[in-house]
Amino acid sequence: MSPSTVKLIGAFGSPFAHRAEVALRLKGVPYELLLEELMISKSDLLLKHNPIHKKVPVLLHGARTICESLVIIEYIDEAFDGPAIMPTDPYERAMARFWAHFMDNKCAKPFMLSVWSEGEVQKGFLKEVKENLALLQAQLEGKRFFAGESIGYLDIVLCSLAHWLTVIEEATGVKLVADDEFPDLRRWAKEYTSNEIVKQCLPDRDQLLAFYTAHLERYKMIAKAMLQQ
Amino acid sequence: MAGEKKGLQLLDFWVSPFGQRCRIALDEKALPYEYLEQDLGNKSELLLRSNPVHKKIPVLLHDGRPVCESLIIVQYIDEAFSSSSGKPPLLPSDPYARAQARFWADYVDKKVYDCGTRLWKTKGEPQQQARKEMVEILKTLEGALGDKPYFGGDEFGFVDVAFVPFTAWFLTYERYGEISVDKECPRLAAWAKRCGERESVNKNLSPPEKVYEFIGTLKKKFGIE
Repeated sequence: MSPSTVKLIGAFGSPFAHRAEVALRLKGVPYELLLEELMISKSDLLLKHNPIHKKVPVLLHGARTICESLVIIEYIDEAFDGPAIMPTDPYERAMARFWAHFMDNKCAKPFMLSVWSEGEVQKGFLKEVKENLALLQAQLEGKRFFAGESIGYLDIVLCSLAHWLTVIEEATGVKLVADDEFPDLRRWAKEYTSNEIVKQCLPDRDQLLAFYTAHLERYKMIAKAMLQQ
Repeated sequence: MAGEKKGLQLLDFWVSPFGQRCRIALDEKALPYEYLEQDLGNKSELLLRSNPVHKKIPVLLHDGRPVCESLIIVQYIDEAFSSSSGKPPLLPSDPYARAQARFWADYVDKKVYDCGTRLWKTKGEPQQQARKEMVEILKTLEGALGDKPYFGGDEFGFVDVAFVPFTAWFLTYERYGEISVDKECPRLAAWAKRCGERESVNKNLSPPEKVYEFIGTLKKKFGIE
């Protein structure tokens, strides 16, 4: 296929957009990053290309539009040459997809609600977060990365644990993970965030902290709405 | 390791559309498997051992190794048995077509079951809201289908497998939600009929009246009028 322009609609601070950026950079694919200001409004471009979910990231590859970060990662892996992001063995692929699904479907809500809720309700979510982290840490099995010796699919998918978690702890004053807890995850987080490719598209920590601090009320509201569902 | 048994086993529950996705995929690939009906009110040790994280069906056991989450199972079946079954793949080979298939299967997962549940579980305003949403969801899916015979094009594929079990629930949605799929989404209704002519679908979908009966029983059990 002849080279086509690649553009990525993302937003500062979005771990989902970060996932797509890492995948593109791992493959050495040059791309133009178009940043949304999601706290203000959604651009016509975003609404045109993701009318269904209206979310970032959105990958534009020539005339093609791909939405949903997990779908985007697999697309990038298959459409471009370069080191494999997904495992090759079907069972390992199923396992990687399982834990990605676990992260996005089972971890996201308790994680959000553990920092943005209060009292007894919060205690319940804190417990759930620790249980989830224990399950994920077990998948490391002492390896350098979830994918083995180098970064792969699950490492990218779990990026928010590596970088966003401590920032959100600081912004909210809620400690999710004690300093001596989950040592393997801590080690992995350091490995992930210091990786040469990842560093190129990881949001600056201070800026990320300022971002969450500035939008505390907004996130509290989102969490409240989540609770009521 | 969960069970040491060789071959394929499916831990499932008869009316589950998620389980049916797996049954359809296995039959499309002509793969023999052992069907193990699960008692969800009293979960078996095998189920709890095989899916300790979610404790849910379906679970596919392949030589004792568990694969969980229905769409992940379907992809696994497609990938692990691609050469041996001699049957066409469920996912196309083109990366963009694959991405579109994954997107729409994910859309079905995110939208259909939850909205459908609200249709029969709620009353009044929330039910009206669910009704509106369901029509929108079905129309969106109909839009994705377009004029094609199947979601993937000429061949029955991944998105068809993902969505077709829910066609057995149309009658239930219609009765509780006062929606007519035939009227609102005639092309979708035609697609459902077309899929129903396939042996794998015909054999594995629950009869719509049975689904309706099942929901009626659930409502009584949960004390919902």
